[in-house]
Amino acid sequence: MTFLDLARRNVSRHWLRSALAVTGIVIGVVAIATMGILGNSIGLMFNDMVSDVGDTIVVSPAMSGTGGDKLTKRQVDDITRAAGANRVITIPFASTFDKMSVGEKKGGTMIYAMPAGDIPLLLEKEAGTYPRDTGSGCMIGSRLAELNKETGLKLGARVTIGDETLRVVGVLKERGMGFDINPDYAIIVPYSWYSRHYDEDRYDQVVVKVRDVKDLDVVKEGIEQKMNRREDVVSVMDTKAILESVFAAADSITVFLLGIGAISLIVAGVSILNVMLMSVTERIKEIGVLRSIGTRRREVMRMFIYEALILGVVGAVIGGALSFGAGYVITAVIVENPDYLFNPTSLLYILFGMAFGIFTSAASGLYPAWKAAQLNPIQALRHE
Amino acid sequence: MPVISFDAVTKVYPLPAGDVVALAGIDLAIEKGEFVLVMGPSGSGKSTLLNIMGSLDVPTSGEVTIAGKRISGMDDDELTLMRRDHIGFIFQQFNLIPLLSVVENVEYPLILKGRRNGSRERAEEVLAAVGITETHLTHKPGELSGGQQQRAAIARALVNDPDFLLCDEPTGNLDTKTGTAIMDLLARMNREEGKTVVMVTHDPRMTEYADRTIRMVDGRLA
Repeated sequence: MTFLDLARRNVSRHWLRSALAVTGIVIGVVAIATMGILGNSIGLMFNDMVSDVGDTIVVSPAMSGTGGDKLTKRQVDDITRAAGANRVITIPFASTFDKMSVGEKKGGTMIYAMPAGDIPLLLEKEAGTYPRDTGSGCMIGSRLAELNKETGLKLGARVTIGDETLRVVGVLKERGMGFDINPDYAIIVPYSWYSRHYDEDRYDQVVVKVRDVKDLDVVKEGIEQKMNRREDVVSVMDTKAILESVFAAADSITVFLLGIGAISLIVAGVSILNVMLMSVTERIKEIGVLRSIGTRRREVMRMFIYEALILGVVGAVIGGALSFGAGYVITAVIVENPDYLFNPTSLLYILFGMAFGIFTSAASGLYPAWKAAQLNPIQALRHE
Repeated sequence: MPVISFDAVTKVYPLPAGDVVALAGIDLAIEKGEFVLVMGPSGSGKSTLLNIMGSLDVPTSGEVTIAGKRISGMDDDELTLMRRDHIGFIFQQFNLIPLLSVVENVEYPLILKGRRNGSRERAEEVLAAVGITETHLTHKPGELSGGQQQRAAIARALVNDPDFLLCDEPTGNLDTKTGTAIMDLLARMNREEGKTVVMVTHDPRMTEYADRTIRMVDGRLA
C-alpha cells in the first residue's frame, strides 16, 4: 500500500467519472497525434515530390516572347547547349487534348508526344515495351488503363485518335502529380507519329533533367542568360524552388493542425481539473484525517497528483493506440499512402501527443493537489 | 518530565466582531501513564486545548511542550511529524479511511513513517490486541460495526507506539454497552501498557476510569 495505490483506488472508486475524464484525454491525444500525422504526411508527400522532380527544370516559351507559343527543334538544341550538354538530359515534348475511341467507346484524352528514345528517360513502364519512332505504338498511363479496364483499353488494345489507329504496346507505372507532365491519365505517343498526324514540327515545353542536383542553379542561370539575352524567349521554372515554398506551407499546415489538436487536449485538461477539484471537495474530511494522523502536505499533494497522472497515463496509452489506427485511416484516405504513418516523424507525433496528454493531466492536477495540501486539518476534520 | 506541559498558554482567535479568547492562560502538566479526562460545557475551550495538545494548532502565547519538544514556532511539517511520531488520535466518528481495508488502515501510519518491512504483521498484532478477529482484517471499515471500527481506530492510534492517546468523545457514537467495552479497552491499554490517555468527554460516567479530571470553563481550568 502506497500513495500511488491509494490514488489508484480512488480513481477506480469513481470509475464512471474517471472514465469520462480519461475519454477527454484520449480524444485530445488522438486529435493531436492524428493532426500531427496528417500535417507531417502532407509534408512528406511534398518532400517525396521534391526528391522526385527536384532535379527538373521545365522550360516553356515566354508568354510575351515573339517566337510564338511553341519551341522549335533549333531552340531545343540551343537550350541543351545553354544548359551544358554534359550536365543535362533534355526531353522536348508536345501535348494536346484529343478525342479517342476504343472499340465502341469514345472519349477524350491528354496526349503527350516526345522522341521515342526519350520516353524511357522520363517515364517508367509497368508492362509491355516502349514505342518506337517508326511504328504506330503508344503507351497508356496507369490510371487511364485502370479507369478503362472494362472498355478494353489495355496492353495490345487498339486506340483510335482522329482517323488513325494506334496499338497499346506499353503501360506506364503510376507516377503521381508532377510539375512537368502528368502521364497517369494520358496517352504517350512517339513524336514522329505526333508530328505527322498533327502536321507540327515544334514542341510545347522542354523538360531539362539535371544529372547532378548541385548543378541546378548553374543550369537554370545558363538557360536564362543565353536564351533570353535580347528578349524573353523562354521562361524557366525551377520545380525545387516552387516545391520549397509549398513545403513551407505544409509546415504551417502542420502547426495549424497541431493547434487544433492542442485545444482539444486543453479542454480535456479542464475536465481533469474539474474531476480533481470534485475529488478534493468530496474528500475534505478524509484529507483532514490523513493530515491529523501525520500525513505531510507534500504527501497529500503527491497522492492527488498521482490520481491525475493515472488518468493521464491511461488516457495517453489508449489514445496512443487509437492514434495509430486513426493515423492509418488518415494516411490511407487523405494522402493515400499509409507508409507515411510508419515514418519516424509520424510516430514521433503519437509519442508527442501521449506526452502532451500526460503533461496536461499532471498540470491540471497540480492546483487541486495544492488545494488539498493547503487544507487546515482542524477545519477539514470538522467538515461533514 | 511530563508528557504534555502547558505554561501560561493562551489562544486567541481574531474575528471581525472582536477577538475570541479560547484559552486564557492555561498551566497544565500531564505525566506519563496518566488517564486524564477533560470536561466542560460547549465553548469552554476543550477542543482548542485538544487541538494544541494534538499539535494541530499552536498557542498564541505561552509555552507548550509535547514529548519533550516545544511546539511554538514549529512549521507545518514539524507539527505533522509530531502527530505522526508521538500522538495517537482517536475520534468520535472513528475516521477510518474508507478506501483502505481494516488492516491497511492500521498499517498506514507505519508506512507514513517509512516502516514497510513487517508493517502488515505489526498491524495484525495490534489489531489482535484490541480484539479485532482475523476474519475482519480485509474488510472495508463500512462493513464493520461501530464498536469494531472504533477498535480498529484505536489500533491505528497505537500502532506507531505514541507517547499518548488523544481521544475526542471516543464513545459518543456508540451505544452504552459498546461504549463501555471501548472504555475498558482504553483503560486496559492505560493500566497494562502504560499508555498515557487524554480524553475529552461530556459523559460524567467516564470519571470512574480517570486518574484525574480537568474541568474547563471559559478558557480556564476550573
